[in-house]
Amino acid sequence: MPLAILTKFSAALGRALLGASRDLAPIITVIALFQVLVLHQPFPELLSILAGLGLVIVGLALFVIGLDIGLFPLGETMAEEFARKGSLFWLLLFAFTLGAGTTVAEPALIAVTREGAKAVAEAGLIENISASIDRYALGVRLTVALSVGAAIVLGVLRILRGWSLPVLIVGGYVLVMIMTLFAPKEIVGLAYDSGGVTTSTVTVPLVTALGVGLARTIRGRDPLTDGFGLIALASLTPMIFVMFFGLIVH
Amino acid sequence: MEILFDPMMLLLATAKDVLPVLGLLVLFQTLVLKKPIPRPGRIIFGFGLVLVGMACFLAGLDLAIFPVGRTMALQLVKGAQNGGKVTWAAYGWIYLFAFLVGFSTTIAEPSLIAVAHKAHEASRKAVSPWGLRIAVAIGVAIGITLGTFRIVTGTPLYLYIMVGYVVVIIQTVFAPRMIIPLAYDSGGVTTSTVTVPLVAALGLGLASHVPGRSPVIDGFGLIAFASLFPIISVLGYAQLTQWMVRRRNRNK
Repeated sequence: MPLAILTKFSAALGRALLGASRDLAPIITVIALFQVLVLHQPFPELLSILAGLGLVIVGLALFVIGLDIGLFPLGETMAEEFARKGSLFWLLLFAFTLGAGTTVAEPALIAVTREGAKAVAEAGLIENISASIDRYALGVRLTVALSVGAAIVLGVLRILRGWSLPVLIVGGYVLVMIMTLFAPKEIVGLAYDSGGVTTSTVTVPLVTALGVGLARTIRGRDPLTDGFGLIALASLTPMIFVMFFGLIVH
Repeated sequence: MEILFDPMMLLLATAKDVLPVLGLLVLFQTLVLKKPIPRPGRIIFGFGLVLVGMACFLAGLDLAIFPVGRTMALQLVKGAQNGGKVTWAAYGWIYLFAFLVGFSTTIAEPSLIAVAHKAHEASRKAVSPWGLRIAVAIGVAIGITLGTFRIVTGTPLYLYIMVGYVVVIIQTVFAPRMIIPLAYDSGGVTTSTVTVPLVAALGLGLASHVPGRSPVIDGFGLIAFASLFPIISVLGYAQLTQWMVRRRNRNK
């Protein structure tokens, strides 16, 4: 019944498009308001900006539908199967690869590490040539990927063993503060920011699916209190690891 | 910059980001779990949509939102300096803009929308998706506003972060236990594809145009603030809800 599927899909697309437009309305309003009321300056290249906004709306709609169809069901099914399989080794390996693999691929992280490497080069800490900048950026990116993988493993162990999340987080905060004392000044800003950048478009849905699916499968675990928390750990460990990276390199 | 407008290149770059993830899932499913992929046509179709959606989204970001954010940072700093006497209070419009940008981008954030729906399902409809989204958005807005204030005044980043951590720890003691992991996660969720380019443009633009600030040292930190403050605001939202429920029960 291809016609029925098509009708269902176009209905979902229509809903998603409407949702995307509604979600974007506030930011368009803010910028338009500032342009008209505060800055009184005409927009340069208004046409390309409008085209870009159209792309953002269409992209947002397709992205949300695609997540619902492909990413969430597969991620949840796999997490549940790994939890049921009972092999801790494979579950942890899956968790580590998922965290590290999705992080290496994050576009936001690629952009921010490149900016950071350029800033460090301008400050004269590494050679200001593109080869050493690229190497430094890649080093930071791999450090972040490793730290996210480690964080997801820690988070999965937490779900399995029922460790307290606040204790882990507060412990992480203390480590961040201690590392800040010893780390070179130039890396601190980048390290703090890399914590927020890591968990982005690809990582968040998959990691959340893993956590919620895992907590739902294990007896005596509540999806809300036990399923979340993976992303929190994944945005905390990069700060520690990147400052450590700074200690070694500088 | 021309490369970013080339749809094929962009689709290719997005594929390079998304395909390893799909490959990883397929590898684990077939080699470790030794199970066929459930409904492969549907999953491939879904991934195709994610790919095309992300490519369109990023292209739109580069065409519209990124240059607009950059231009506005420059125009706002110029506006603040026209007054002659430059004090931190002269940057009032920047703070207002930072607040509104933080709020509106977070409300539009696809990852947050996805997680809010998950939280709604997982809590058996106790956590309202809109309440969560608004609480996170207010947190990001305050975070980015304070971050721009820090760039303008040039005060050290770690002091703000340390105070934020202390507040989070105190709130953790008093907040309802159920919401704590969700609140911690909301910090990481917010700062993704919509927020990062805009906020990065804002931070670097400000640091390079405000006199006496260097983009190298002062340009960073906005993203860190935008991930810390939602934790505080979501915990606060939970405490407020709990307090209101208790009051209602007492009045009965």
